[in-house]
Parts: sequence; structure tokens; C-alpha cells
Amino acid sequence: MPVSVSSSALIYDALKDSGVRIVSALPETWLVHLIRMAEEDEAMTLVRLAKEEEGVGISTGAHLAGVKSAMLMQNHGFLAAINGIVSCGQLYRIPLLMLISQRGSFGERDPWQCEGGGVTEHVLEALRIPFDHLDAPEHVARRIAKAQTLAHSASRPVALLLCRDLMWED
Amino acid sequence: MRRLEAIQAIYPDLERSVVVTIMGAVAAELQSIGHRPNFFYLQHAMGLASSVGLGIALSRPELPVVVLDGDGSILMNLGGLTTLARYRPDNLVHVVFDNESLLSVGGFPTATSTGTDLAAIAQAAGVPRSGTVRTLDEFRSSFIEALGAGVLTTIVAKVEAVGPAGYVTDLSLLENRYQFARHLKERGG
Repeated sequence: MPVSVSSSALIYDALKDSGVRIVSALPETWLVHLIRMAEEDEAMTLVRLAKEEEGVGISTGAHLAGVKSAMLMQNHGFLAAINGIVSCGQLYRIPLLMLISQRGSFGERDPWQCEGGGVTEHVLEALRIPFDHLDAPEHVARRIAKAQTLAHSASRPVALLLCRDLMWED
Repeated sequence: MRRLEAIQAIYPDLERSVVVTIMGAVAAELQSIGHRPNFFYLQHAMGLASSVGLGIALSRPELPVVVLDGDGSILMNLGGLTTLARYRPDNLVHVVFDNESLLSVGGFPTATSTGTDLAAIAQAAGVPRSGTVRTLDEFRSSFIEALGAGVLTTIVAKVEAVGPAGYVTDLSLLENRYQFARHLKERGG
């Protein structure tokens, strides 16, 4: 499976460096190594979800209890979580750190992934959720740290889009 | 059993707990008895109160967490019930007030009015202790037992479809949210 182990490790290490101690996730191809790293790390709590919107609740509870968390999901999972993001994350000013695999962009071979890729950034913009792209290894650590900083200073959800050039080794 | 009476019956026991409620009648009735800084009312995001409770329980295993849920809310997040059961935090008591109705939005009947059994769903999801109660005495004793059990428990309390006259209180959502977070920060185990 040509999902980049080295990029996944960079992302995982940056999440830990930014203080993340709980990760919620639903499996998706690009996220397999990240989820495995969270599972194998005794200092991390991995919460395997049935649906992504639950992750908003988990992260909200963690934040209110003083623990930093991150949500790992595919962009279709992000679309499935939107009511929670708006009516919990935004309404209650929760600093959600969302890492969203940006499937359906140039190079996508799975026909079923293509619709979500076309709308994800527009939906993020419509929700006024600040976002940036993780598309090359050299800026992963810095952008994750900056996203975490803004999430907490603004007390709002933020998103990082995990892009094909970073996650997939063709 | 009326939900207000049920909440009154356990109110003294909520003082030491960290409480997360759903929106609507449960939030308004608990506030009408008396707000405390350890109460968080999730006034929207229907279904997620149990997930918020799980997030708190996993983050602070030393704190007793009580979720006051409802039939309409838990039916919107049955997947979350399986996640709750999967991690089965032993510091969480999950109460579901089941009035078989979406009371605060007009009283449309939920599926529990046509036979859906939430305690059986909780059990089948993997919640180690679950049951249905129908009287105040049963509710209070099962709640006290669950608080002391040290095992994730779901109590489905059948209540009448009667609610408060209004749902808006003078506690703003963000005031509640920041007060609650501060309470958790300052509080030891």
C-alpha cells in the first residue's frame, strides 16, 4: 500500500509535539499508518468511531476537561460531521483540530471519492473554518503547530487538508 | 414518573459528579432546580451529549461523569452508543430519559413509542450494565447503585411526555461552557 509511512510519521510526531493526547478516527486508506501509530503509542488515547460526528463530541469533552485532541477523517467524513462541527464546535467555541484526507483531487483513481474532493474546500470556506494544506514534508511540523495555535487562540475549529503529494507514493 | 421529579430525586447526588445534559427539557428542568458549575448543557448538536461525556470520562478518569440523555438524542447517535460501549469508561453513568417523544419540537413520537427498547440496544451494543426503570424509587436506587458500581451503566428511565413551560434560561451558552471548563480545571479527582 503506497501510503507514505515517513509523511505519516512526520504528521504524527507534529501532533504529539503540539500537545495532542487523544485522537479520534475512522479508518481510511491514507490514514492507516497514522491510526496505527496512535494505537501503538501508550501515551496516546485512540478512539475508534462509528461515525465522524462523534469525534466532535469526544474532542469537545476532551477540551472542556483540559486535554488536547485531534480528529482524523476523510473529507467524506468531514461532510458527515458538519452538524456537529457547527452546532457544537462553532456554537461552543471549541478548538477542534481536524486533519482531513483530501481525496478526490488530481490523481484520484477511485471514482467514488471524486465528489467530496470537489466540494470540501468550498464547504470549509462557507463555514469560515480556517484551513491550510499539508502537501510537502518540509512544512508539516510548522503548519500543524500553527494550526493548533490558531485553534486555541481563536477558540474555533481549524482544518488541515492531507494532500495526495504528501500522503501517497505512486 | 415525571422527568423533573426524577432529576430532583438524584439532584443531591449530582453535586460530586460532572454532568452533561442534552438540550431542551432536560437542560431547562435541571437549571430550574438549580444550576451548578459542574453542569454542562449541550444546547444543540443533538445526539452528541453522550460523546461529550465519553470525551470527558476518557480525559479525566478520576472524575465521576453523568450524562443525562434522551430517547430522541440517543436515537440520533446509536453509533456513539457502540463507541461508548467499546471504551466503556467505568467513571460514566448514562441516564436516558425516555418519554417516547420529541417533546420540545412538538411531541412527535419516537421509535421507542412503537417498541424500540433502548436498554436492550445498550446491552447489545456492549454496555456492561443496563436496564429500564419506571418508578422514582427504582430510578433513584439504580442511579445510586450505578454511581458506586464502577462499571459503565445505561439507565433508561421511562418518563411522562411533560416538559417545562419554556426552554430558554438566563444562562448563556458560552458562560456555561467557560464556567464548566474552569470548574474542571480547578477540580482535583
